[in-house]
Amino acid sequence: MIAQFVSQHLPALQVVVPLIAAPVCVLLRRPTLSWLFALIVTWICFAMSIALLIRLESAGTIVYEMGGWPAPWGIEYRIGMTSAIVLVIVSGIGSVVMPYAKASVAAEIDPARHYLFYTCYLLCLCGLLGVVATGDAFNLFVFLEISSLSSYVLIGLGRDRRALTAAFQYLVMGTIGATSIVIGIGLLYLVTGSLNMADIAARLPEPGTNRTVLVAFAFLGLGAALKLALFPLHVWLPAAYTHAPSAVTAFLAATATKVGVYILLRFIFTVFGATFAFTTMPLDAMLLALAVAAMFVASAIAIFQNNVKRMLAYSSVAQIGYMVLGIGIATQAGVAAGLIHLFNHALMKGGLFMAIGCVFLRTGSVRLESMSGIARTMPWTMAAFVLGGLSLIGVPLTVGFISKLYLIRASFEAGLWPFGVLVVLSSLLAVAYIWRVVETAYFREPTAEAARATEAPLSMLLPTWVLIGACVYFGIDAELTVDTAFRAAAALMQANP
Amino acid sequence: MTESSVREGGVRSSNMVLRVVCKLLIPFIMLFALYVQFHGDYGPGGGFQAGVIFSAAIILYGLIFGVHNAMRVAPPKVVRVLIAAGVLLYAGTGVASLLLGANFLDYDVLGHEAVEGQHLGILLIEFGVGTTVAAVMTTIYFAFASRQR
Repeated sequence: MIAQFVSQHLPALQVVVPLIAAPVCVLLRRPTLSWLFALIVTWICFAMSIALLIRLESAGTIVYEMGGWPAPWGIEYRIGMTSAIVLVIVSGIGSVVMPYAKASVAAEIDPARHYLFYTCYLLCLCGLLGVVATGDAFNLFVFLEISSLSSYVLIGLGRDRRALTAAFQYLVMGTIGATSIVIGIGLLYLVTGSLNMADIAARLPEPGTNRTVLVAFAFLGLGAALKLALFPLHVWLPAAYTHAPSAVTAFLAATATKVGVYILLRFIFTVFGATFAFTTMPLDAMLLALAVAAMFVASAIAIFQNNVKRMLAYSSVAQIGYMVLGIGIATQAGVAAGLIHLFNHALMKGGLFMAIGCVFLRTGSVRLESMSGIARTMPWTMAAFVLGGLSLIGVPLTVGFISKLYLIRASFEAGLWPFGVLVVLSSLLAVAYIWRVVETAYFREPTAEAARATEAPLSMLLPTWVLIGACVYFGIDAELTVDTAFRAAAALMQANP
Repeated sequence: MTESSVREGGVRSSNMVLRVVCKLLIPFIMLFALYVQFHGDYGPGGGFQAGVIFSAAIILYGLIFGVHNAMRVAPPKVVRVLIAAGVLLYAGTGVASLLLGANFLDYDVLGHEAVEGQHLGILLIEFGVGTTVAAVMTTIYFAFASRQR
């Protein structure tokens, strides 16, 4: 009976459980207690998102009416294949980062603030899950704000004082993005009189006949691009990821921008429609151009970074380029490739940032020079980094290879073969920046700090290896990810989330 | 109250007029907040506005009598618990409707009949909103006013 009850209310519980858990964390106050509680909650969330994905096998889309008010009057939660995938990514990463967070947070954050950290973490998780689960445009904005506001706090909790300026910079850029999104939603409401995304899609006038719709499209595109850190709107990302606490960087890098990509997909395919976005408006050309710029410029900047976290952050901007490239190809195979990379990049970048967090715990620095010879004292951490790095480059038997294979295949199928070549060329830049770290860590004489370092605690090493192991597992057996992504892309093409 | 404790918050408030008028106003501000809170179902108002008005009473007290005295009236620890309690009341109402067999936040099942349930539901969640907003506003004021220079 309980199973039936839970399964019936899964879409709501997915979002409500972390929302209720966050204030409970405030009441618990004790660092260990609130960590344990947050850990359990994140694992419950992960289990629920997997249950949703399994339920989608039989049901096409799962619809849930909040408060029993039917759409379009009430807020409706609508979960399809794409949203289910993103839910699994967000809650999965959220649950893997949590055991890792214990030791990392203890070292980086004042104990009196631990319970606030876990509260904000749960709120951020709630916001990200809410954005994905909802089928209401304004509700999406509200959850986006919940996740953004809590992530500003999470970033600002970094030990470095520069974390505050980084958080403030993100706050300014993030607020511009959110404002732009709410203006877009407001204009859509003006035209259609509805906030339900499916209802808006049904009520939109013929493409090209209404200028307000064009403006709404532009605002929403801009807002989503800011949130997903599409080049050249990525400037907030490197500073935020560099100075945030290690656990926060690992969590946000693997989830926040992915949800941004989801917002873009959701508005393009299920609200405006692919015809409007790619035929009436030249969005595909814009996305392709910006994606290529991101792939090359951000990768090139990454090569010259001496702070490894910042290097990985620029690499994230480049990798977001690959996802957007897939969307820009604008075919089912292209969107599927983008979704495959969305999943794969969450695994590898989460794993890489966690490995660097382990180094930071032991040496107190993420500068390249302080990592000299660290592989001798921290072999497991650096082995994880190397595997993650290989995946980032796209070496066969890792998830990076699968992503790039499908991206290249999609670009050839769509007759856009130059982009396939560019994907390969930009991968060479990834070789350069990953090699710098590998060379320093393995072939240089250890510095005094590096020689004194010991291997990271198991509580941090295991979660890192779970993600890195997943990178290899899904790199060898990609059937599940590819199949799910193609089904999600097929659903998106028919305007289902 | 001694003169020194009045000056503790760094506010010059030996001004008799301010102190008397403030003491006169505060009960009415609080009462008005409760009116806005509970009459929000029928008229303009609701939890957010009521919360802000209620916290305005505490903030006014803090401005005139010093933040330390305001913290004795509303201890930060209690205020922090109230922040959480408001959200829990809101979400708890939703969970209650879940347990009674309806969708999340479907108030119909909370009373004997749908209209009564809707009244009760909206009253509860708005009270949750009001509690959290008042507590958050007070906390923000405390955070700024008690900052070490």
